[in-house]
Amino acid sequence: MSGHRVSYTLDSTLDTVNSAEEVASRIATEAGFEDEEVMKIAMAVREAAVNAVLHGNAYDPGKKVQFDFERTAQELVITIRDQGKGLDLNKVPDPLAPENLLKTSGRGIFLIRSFMDQVEINPSQTGTEIKLIKHVHGPSADGKEASQ
Amino acid sequence: MSMKTSTRQVDGVTIVDCSGRITLGEGSVILRDTVRDLLGKGNKKILLNLGDVNYIDSSGIGELVSAYTTVKNQGGELKLLNLTKKVHDLLQITKLYTVFDVKDDETAAVKAFAK
Repeated sequence: MSGHRVSYTLDSTLDTVNSAEEVASRIATEAGFEDEEVMKIAMAVREAAVNAVLHGNAYDPGKKVQFDFERTAQELVITIRDQGKGLDLNKVPDPLAPENLLKTSGRGIFLIRSFMDQVEINPSQTGTEIKLIKHVHGPSADGKEASQ
Repeated sequence: MSMKTSTRQVDGVTIVDCSGRITLGEGSVILRDTVRDLLGKGNKKILLNLGDVNYIDSSGIGELVSAYTTVKNQGGELKLLNLTKKVHDLLQITKLYTVFDVKDDETAAVKAFAK
């Protein structure tokens, strides 16, 4: 798998969520990941796109979501940036806590972390950047997160 | 493929056959409206057949939770039937598998509802 990078800047709409998922699925397939891994990558991208469109940009037509897909010999790196107020990681609940199990939302980031090998979340006042990394040769041996 | 539902009655239980994707937007809305309509008509024993649901995202999971609690709060029961591997795995990692009453046999599922 040689190095390859593509970028998209899309509107803050539901169509963007679906498009991002489709593109992620295609690129992950082309990168040689197996079906199960492709599904996980596509779902993680979908969840990150939902966060960007819904919670970050709040469907604001004046705000965009940028997607960068970068393939190297070692990994697939997907970076998603919104133009919202910046995710407050302290307000992200643990969806596995007994008191949160029956909540109807708050599972997106948990699923992203579950499905990717490495997840970096970098909130700022001008938006949130989330970097999703999937290694070509299976999950990393030690932990899923590099940093937040 | 978008979400589709059809309902049928078996021994006092409403079985909702779902197919497609339960995701943010149309899929979640269809599930919500279907359950709301059933409750509005007094159908409080609901079996969601998810055998043809090939994809569900966090919004869809939230909608299943919402359906479960809404039915329960109205004195009814909601159970899940025929989970695909993808949906099964998602409910496992979100620890919801033990919250929902999950069945894999329709006849047994119908009998499991309170009389």
